[in-house]
Amino acid sequence: MSVREKFDSELYSSQDQLIQLSNMAVNALGKSVGALLNHDIDAALEVIEEDEKINRLEEEINDRVILLIARQAPVATDLRRLIVIIKVASDMERVGDYAVNIAKETIRLGKEEHLVQIVQIEKMHKLATTMLLQVIDAFVEEDVSKAREIAEIDDQVDDLYGEVLTELMLAGSGNPEKIRQITQLAFIGRYMERSADHATNIAEQLFYLVRGRHYDLNK
Amino acid sequence: MRYIEHDIVVKRMNGRNVVNKLFKSIFLLATLSALLALVILLYQIVSQGASHLSIDFLTNFASRFPAEAGIKAALVGSIWLMLVVAPTSIILGVGSAIYLEEYAGKNRITTFIQMNISNLAGVPSVVFGLLGLTIFVRALALGNSILAAGFTMSLLILPVIIVASQEAIRSVPGELRDASYGMGATKWQTIVRIILPAAIPGILTGSILALSRAIGETAPLIVVGVPVIIQFLPEGVMDTFTALPMQIYDWSSRPQQEFQQVAAAGIIVLMSVLLLMNSVAVFIRNKFEKRY
Amino acid sequence: MSTTQAINNRSKTAGLEQESSQATSTSSVYDTKQLNLWYGDNHALKNIDLDIKQNEVTAIIGPSGCGKSTYLKTLNRMVELVPNVKTSGQIMYRGRNIFDKDYSVEELRTRVGMVFQKPNPFPKSIYDNIAYGPRIHGIKNKKILDEIVEKSLRGAAIWDEVKDRLNENAYSISGGQQQRICIARALAIEPDVILMDEPTSALDPISTLKIEELVQELKKDYSIIIVTHNMQQAARISDKTAFFLNGEVIEYDNTDTIFSNPSDKRTEDYISGRFG
Repeated sequence: MSVREKFDSELYSSQDQLIQLSNMAVNALGKSVGALLNHDIDAALEVIEEDEKINRLEEEINDRVILLIARQAPVATDLRRLIVIIKVASDMERVGDYAVNIAKETIRLGKEEHLVQIVQIEKMHKLATTMLLQVIDAFVEEDVSKAREIAEIDDQVDDLYGEVLTELMLAGSGNPEKIRQITQLAFIGRYMERSADHATNIAEQLFYLVRGRHYDLNK
Repeated sequence: MRYIEHDIVVKRMNGRNVVNKLFKSIFLLATLSALLALVILLYQIVSQGASHLSIDFLTNFASRFPAEAGIKAALVGSIWLMLVVAPTSIILGVGSAIYLEEYAGKNRITTFIQMNISNLAGVPSVVFGLLGLTIFVRALALGNSILAAGFTMSLLILPVIIVASQEAIRSVPGELRDASYGMGATKWQTIVRIILPAAIPGILTGSILALSRAIGETAPLIVVGVPVIIQFLPEGVMDTFTALPMQIYDWSSRPQQEFQQVAAAGIIVLMSVLLLMNSVAVFIRNKFEKRY
Repeated sequence: MSTTQAINNRSKTAGLEQESSQATSTSSVYDTKQLNLWYGDNHALKNIDLDIKQNEVTAIIGPSGCGKSTYLKTLNRMVELVPNVKTSGQIMYRGRNIFDKDYSVEELRTRVGMVFQKPNPFPKSIYDNIAYGPRIHGIKNKKILDEIVEKSLRGAAIWDEVKDRLNENAYSISGGQQQRICIARALAIEPDVILMDEPTSALDPISTLKIEELVQELKKDYSIIIVTHNMQQAARISDKTAFFLNGEVIEYDNTDTIFSNPSDKRTEDYISGRFG
């Protein structure tokens, strides 16, 4: 195998690992939301347990990319791609952490009846999942137009987050003893919103990869 | 603070250019004067000797009568001499060069030998004649034969051949030796297969130039006792003989004016032989032009 | 890699020497023990200990004059061509000390081929260049020589470029091709190890890349030890890297480790260009 082929194949395997990491993070997020809806403590515990794998995979990607940079001295697009892979992996790992946080809140809530409908949170989750899956597709295909759509979805997620907060505030005003649950649900909304933000970050990284310049898609 | 004032430099430029041109002219003149000497020499010899040059001149033996005098014995004698000198001097010379360059350690003894060889190259040829007289003619009792004269001439040109061959061997890049040794070749294999083939053009060129010196030398032959007038051709290396420069020397020392013309014709023959040998040397050098 | 290590570990605990020698990918070709070398009074190599593995590319890096080329030339005793060289210590090649009285340098150099800094083909035809090694070792049969020439040129990935001009002078081709001819010439003696002394330092980047690719191919069949000035080259093509400084081995480890997390500050300074 030639030196260059070796570099390319290493690059593609780290990209494959990144896709695997993304799927794991998205699945974890889905599972944690499912656990929240169904008061399923076992599923929540599983999410926490499986986060270990996500963390390990992220480390593996980091090591692989660092060795590749150290040994092959990549430049231009190759260099940007490797740097972006590391950053995206870190974003995805954060998404995995949010899933863990949601799972922990789920365990704390236990069998407690939800004070408010969590339909909005479910909606946020759907949008965030769409964003994360789409941004990885866009990354693999280097499709900048897809990345731009993601930034637009993020606005919807932010709006939904606002609605969730208002609803929780209203529900809490008459029930000071339920403040704890309200805070927990607000946090869960927050985690969802952050997950969507990470998808936007990744979209920005994609712009950097393709165009070589920094873009702020939040504006 | 500037050290070079460009304005002043420009002002002085004219003077510098004049000096430059002056020296160019001086050197050109020096070259032309050497060329001029050669042209005059050639003109004199050709104008004197051309009339005497003929087939008969090449096929006649020497004679008391200028009109019948020929160079046959001397020409054949010189060829016989070369047949002894060439193998003796080249084998000894190249052998010594290989030893000194490839085998000998870099120590004081080698340096001493090397220094002596260089000194020998500067010893006057008449001294070699005396050496030949003592060793070959008397001690080894070879008499004034082709062999004795040939050995003497070989000694004379040996230092030149050794130095030229050393030069040629040294100019074979060390990388080629490394490559050969690196594949497990022995020293002898490396010398025979790599070094000698690469050095042979240089060795041959140097040897031919040395031989052309031998063919023109007179002094050692006189000292060894080579006769001048011989009316037969040698049949072996132990026979006595005469050589071109001896014959020319003899003719030019005769009082008759006609013999001066015969001598000039002899010089033309000798110079033709020299020219031929030098062209062979040039041809070899060009043909095996080094490619590394 | 990890499986063979596991095999090795198991064999060590079980005390089965035989098995470890069968685990070929980790057996040693060269084991250098306490090697010292002097050029006259100049102590050029100091207490070198290096264990070089089979079927790996081992890179030797270090600044000029650090002894890396000297060490390489000691491995096939070419260093002895320099006058006034003295050595002490051992270099075990396949279990035999190369400095043993009865170990002939010719035998050693038949097992250990060498490629030099400057392409140095002989001023002969391409064919005669490749056939040189086999011929000096006594092969005269034209058919066998033809086969060796083709096999070696194919091995050096240059057969297709020169197959129609085997009788042309080796100097008629480009420098990069000449260097691959020199590699083919080294392959023709069917060596076990190939030593390369900065083989690409006189070549352009494309020719360099071709040689690097060739090295990757060759390590399947040969053990390769390469001295290089070019750290990135060492990083790209080697499995292990040794860093030499002032005649000493400062660090010797997997290339991954040397270039991502060296344990000695001097190694790090050198590979990151902060030397001195």
